Amino acid sequence: MPFKLEILWTDALIYLLLALVAALWWHIRRHEHLAAPWRKVARNASGMSAATVLVFFVVIGLADSLHYRPAIEMRDGKAIYAVEVLSVFDTLAGGLRAQKATTYSAPLATHRYSRELIELPDGRQVRDYPRLKYGGAHLKDPDTEWGPDIARRCLYGIAGGALIWLVVAALLCAVLARGGTADTGRMWGAVWRGETEVPWRAVLVTLAVMLAVGGPIVALSGKYHVLGTDKVGQDVLYQALKSIRTGLLIGTLTTLIMLPFAILFGAMAGYFKGRVDDAIQYLYTTLSSIPSVLLIAAAVLMMQVYIEIHVDRFETTIQRADFRLFWLCFILGVASWTGLCRLIRGEALKLRELEYIQAAKAFGVSDFRIIARHIVPNVMHIVLITAVLNFSALVLAEAVLAYIGVGVDPTMMSFGGMINSARLEMAREPIVWWSLATAFCFMLLMVLSANLFADAVRDAFDPRISAVKPARPAAQTP
Amino acid sequence: MIAYITRRLLYAIPILIGVNVITFTLFFVVNSPDDMARVQLGVKRVTPEAVQKWKEERGYDRPLLYNEAAAGAGALTDTIFFRNSVRLFAFDFGRSDQGRNIGFDVRTRMWPSLAIAIPVFLVGLLLYVTSALITCLFRATYVDFWGVVACVVMMSISSMFYIIGGQYLISKLWGLVPISGYDIGPNALKFLALPVVVGIVGGFGESVRLYRTLFLEEINRDYVKTARAKGLSETRVLFRHVLQNAMIPILTGVVVAIPLLFMGSLVTEAFFGIPGLGSYTIDAINSQDFAIVRAMVFLGSVLYIIGLILTDISYTMVDPRVRFE
Repeated sequence: MPFKLEILWTDALIYLLLALVAALWWHIRRHEHLAAPWRKVARNASGMSAATVLVFFVVIGLADSLHYRPAIEMRDGKAIYAVEVLSVFDTLAGGLRAQKATTYSAPLATHRYSRELIELPDGRQVRDYPRLKYGGAHLKDPDTEWGPDIARRCLYGIAGGALIWLVVAALLCAVLARGGTADTGRMWGAVWRGETEVPWRAVLVTLAVMLAVGGPIVALSGKYHVLGTDKVGQDVLYQALKSIRTGLLIGTLTTLIMLPFAILFGAMAGYFKGRVDDAIQYLYTTLSSIPSVLLIAAAVLMMQVYIEIHVDRFETTIQRADFRLFWLCFILGVASWTGLCRLIRGEALKLRELEYIQAAKAFGVSDFRIIARHIVPNVMHIVLITAVLNFSALVLAEAVLAYIGVGVDPTMMSFGGMINSARLEMAREPIVWWSLATAFCFMLLMVLSANLFADAVRDAFDPRISAVKPARPAAQTP
Repeated sequence: MIAYITRRLLYAIPILIGVNVITFTLFFVVNSPDDMARVQLGVKRVTPEAVQKWKEERGYDRPLLYNEAAAGAGALTDTIFFRNSVRLFAFDFGRSDQGRNIGFDVRTRMWPSLAIAIPVFLVGLLLYVTSALITCLFRATYVDFWGVVACVVMMSISSMFYIIGGQYLISKLWGLVPISGYDIGPNALKFLALPVVVGIVGGFGESVRLYRTLFLEEINRDYVKTARAKGLSETRVLFRHVLQNAMIPILTGVVVAIPLLFMGSLVTEAFFGIPGLGSYTIDAINSQDFAIVRAMVFLGSVLYIIGLILTDISYTMVDPRVRFE
């Protein structure tokens, strides 16, 4: 089936970011002094476990960032494309997206959540819980078959997960063994006893837990709504998975957008001092004196007005939502570059007095070259620490902005949107708890692993911390 | 000291002018008043007369910066910029787009905001500092380790879950306090209890971890070793010597927030139905009342600048080495 690739702004940026990270990776690998702190990150067990979880989120986010429009029909050798934009993830998720119930249903339920009038085949009408259209529809007699069916699928899921885990573990040991002298079997023992330099055991255990939870979910999701459905019958699991992209994008694109401002202005203010410094300081004090929520709200309100007036500029709803997401990232970036700029300025003020920069000046190296070659590389550790610390804060901020009404477009699924629509359901009797619980679990997992990874990065890169730690009394170190 | 404060206040003027220019650009240049009127009145089926009437009622029918029609000083004062931006400097907030007096609203609604923000701030600070010192007391033991783990988990939970969880557990399940609402007088207590508790719990993880790091940076300094060598108990070392010296970095983050307590918390107030400035702002954002949002932006910046000045003054109080230049 032919299809038309649809490159959204945020898609392009996220893949640009991916390319940048790949280029940096290649560059860092070739320079020992740059690779050393990363090796320290790799030795951190909690950091590596968190990274494993983050990889899962990133893979889903990236798969959800490749959009296309499928062809509906062929006419005179030309394809007519659907208005609906799909992502690769949508295609992989398949039934999750399409199989909608009518309204609320509990996780793994076979029947609807509330009683309704049903007409029996013989014409009588009774109030009962109607069967769901997709959830457990393959069961003839749900009362007796439901339990065994769930158990059987869970077992399949776990078995599949175990198989994947074994393959990954064997591959890992084989690759590790190739680099060293030990054979695969002995490597396996070393990994298991935690003797490897990189804590592969922690990574494998994390992977095992993820597969043990994920396997059954995948196995069940074909025939059930594993985490229930929401008010309009949309699968909650699908919503949560779609929200990952929104969270990831807000957390990373905002940083990508603010970095050029912060680095350039910070380095210039610190290096040139004087008038330039005054002007830049004035700029960031002014911007940071506006409460950031209000600045974001004001800017988003203005953008809403722009979108409503120029509604004809957007071909599809997803393009409109994407425009809004992009500007939200931009505004968040504008509201948050000041902190990093201040840090970089402080560091640049110190750096400009150091001998090697004085020497560069004496040799007649141009100011621009000094900033690019000597100042910026030496403030990169601050940039990196701020970027990873910001990520979790931004994911959390998205939820608050959604509640205030200045978050992402309502048609775009996000954790904030899920919480926002689910919070009213807590007042229902009996309560609808699964939407909120799902948003809670996914968000906690994402933010927690981001926080743990950020800690590992900070421990490795912050010179102050590595100076403080060994000074602790040796006997007390656990 | 008075000369110093005066100078700092004078420095604030260009910053506030900058804030005004930013908000003016955002609200009147990026989108013209015509666009705003059309959105307010519904994009489709809106007549030019209705737009004109909407603008006239709110005074948005004037020119942006320079009024050629008016005589004398009126050329500059009878403009949107002067009437809606410059007047803010005199704390004359004017009327909201719905016609309410913003200044009056701010004065009445700041009290409920303060009734929540001040207890959260004071009790929270006390609790966070004490908890952080206790984790330091047990540093490098399992108490410390699990304390930090709990902090990281707590700071990974969105503040909205604390509110929803608190409302569900305490109000709905146990029925201890009403879910939301507000009352004046002693009755207010039962409405304020839950927001205050939720506010304190919500900030726990991040603050305790931050303060713990600050204390740990001090804990290996020479003066602390001297204090221990003199035979002082570890509690005394921590709660007197370390705490006093860690006050400077703590103050940096804390004092600047004091004036902003007036603004209240957007999410907490909206969830609990407290008629404070936070919910006022949210209502304004939801009803797209730009006059209120502009006023709140200005007020927020003024309070932030006051906070910065207070921070500098507080340094001299805790650290005799810092002097006004």
